[in-house]
Amino acid sequence: MFGWSELIPALPEILVLSMACVVLLAGLFTQRNKGGFIVFLSVITMVFAAILTLKDHVAGVQFSSELLFNGTFVRDEFGDMLKVVVYLLMIGVFFYAKQYLRQHNNLQGEYFALLLFATLGIMVMISGYNFIALYLGLELLALSSYALVAYNRNDINSNEAAMKYFILGALASGMLLYGMSLIYGAVGTLQLNEISQAIAGQNNDMFLVLGLIFVIVGIGFKLGAAPFHMWVPDVYEGAPTATTLFIASAPKIAAFALAVRILGQSLDVLMIHWQSMLATLAIVSIIVGNLFALQQTNLKRLFAYSTISHIGFMLLGLVGGADGIAASMFYIIVYTIMAIGGFGMIVLLSSKGVEADEIADFKGLNQRNGWYAFLMLLLLGSMAGFPPLIGFFSKLYVLKAVIDQGYILLAGVALIFAVIGAFYYLRIIKVMYFEDSDTDQAIDASFDVKTVLSINALAQLGLLVILPMLFEFCIRVTQTL
Amino acid sequence: MSLQHYLIVSAILFVISMAGIFVNRRNVLVVLMSLELMLLAVNTNLIAFSKYLNDVQGQVFVFFILTVAAAEAAIGLAILVVLFRNKKTLEVKEINELEG
Repeated sequence: MFGWSELIPALPEILVLSMACVVLLAGLFTQRNKGGFIVFLSVITMVFAAILTLKDHVAGVQFSSELLFNGTFVRDEFGDMLKVVVYLLMIGVFFYAKQYLRQHNNLQGEYFALLLFATLGIMVMISGYNFIALYLGLELLALSSYALVAYNRNDINSNEAAMKYFILGALASGMLLYGMSLIYGAVGTLQLNEISQAIAGQNNDMFLVLGLIFVIVGIGFKLGAAPFHMWVPDVYEGAPTATTLFIASAPKIAAFALAVRILGQSLDVLMIHWQSMLATLAIVSIIVGNLFALQQTNLKRLFAYSTISHIGFMLLGLVGGADGIAASMFYIIVYTIMAIGGFGMIVLLSSKGVEADEIADFKGLNQRNGWYAFLMLLLLGSMAGFPPLIGFFSKLYVLKAVIDQGYILLAGVALIFAVIGAFYYLRIIKVMYFEDSDTDQAIDASFDVKTVLSINALAQLGLLVILPMLFEFCIRVTQTL
Repeated sequence: MSLQHYLIVSAILFVISMAGIFVNRRNVLVVLMSLELMLLAVNTNLIAFSKYLNDVQGQVFVFFILTVAAAEAAIGLAILVVLFRNKKTLEVKEINELEG
């Protein structure tokens, strides 16, 4: 039965929920563009949530996963690790969002309240252990994201992106729910571990396989994997850059957790079916993402296609057995850190009313400011997977796990298209270093944003120091699943 | 009426809503209606299974889906209103600023 002590492991969620309400109220009493206090509150929330999440681990308490609230909510090491990464990403998102909204004269409290509600949705998705909880987390994240995309309400592109995102997002939820209802019909429970027990040995039940197909289509839509990627470029381009930055980062981690919880923890018996489906999605995503990115001139659109190919790599990892799940967890963590840096750079170069989202806006960045050109070089190099940078190792681990499972052809195709993909990253680097700038306008940004961006980009090198430890963590937490 | 009948009805509802989204080339409002219909198809499915399996969880899930559907409709219509204010039309084929 329910007891108050059950609330303690869910304290981070409770904190984020209450602070989201506080920020919403504080926004009412704050003047437009005077939102420093609101950003401070949001960042502090993430810091305290991280402390609450990590306190047992640091204290060295013997930790085992526990089920709460009649089994609808799980607290395990896997979830805690992903949540800590989400907090870090969100701190970055808050700083970049402040810079962007100040530039556009549109800094209001709602934006941060919506971001905090979305964070809560992500946390529930990571920790949900029941179809109802997972669905509620998903919708909390999705509904907040629709509002965030539509935030520039006088900008027609923002409206249109929001409409497209809304329609395809709701469609994806519908598909996922239809799949869940079929699985429920086949096994008679919504609880993930009970589903896993109930389907042991019956991996050809028609309802189950049909349900699985719908669930995978739903997850594919949410992740933006090809062939369900139509919305990604449009939404990335149309949304305010601060929102694009958010959509490209933390929700990807939530979608990864959703995939692992549903496919890995409840439908593990059907692995033979979902492995081949995920492999197809992965390869199609890598091919489509890299080929379409080649012809883009808009940087946000280019990053959208590059996201699709990175998601392909992440899905490829899920095909590679137990090691593969650890590798794809590592991949998605590293990718989200690169992604917020890349979009952060666009935010930094934008000035009042002008968005620096064309590749041409990066012309001669090296002359304008050598340091930022170097940071962008690190980020792009890491996305392309050049050797000394962290992005290289994340690709390496995924490919190694896939090859260990004997899918040499898959790994080969992925590798070839990753090399083709390096071209469009190199093109931006060429534009930054070897072309002349059209403007010599100085880059103005507040000190904290510059610091966050520098840390973010230098992490591509700095994470190398803790690389073995980080990967070791990924292996350990995925083994306890 | 057996379980199959209910499942067939819900499958038909689901297909109609998919057709409403992908085949419909006229009004965005019709798309929003189709999205609601899709959730109703899921609800029919869940209730039929819940009754058949004699298990209450499915019906609880339906309550949550209904609540979320209301919130979703609210935000969908809000986006629709801002879109209409800027564009003065809701034709599906007119929503094409972002291409490429």
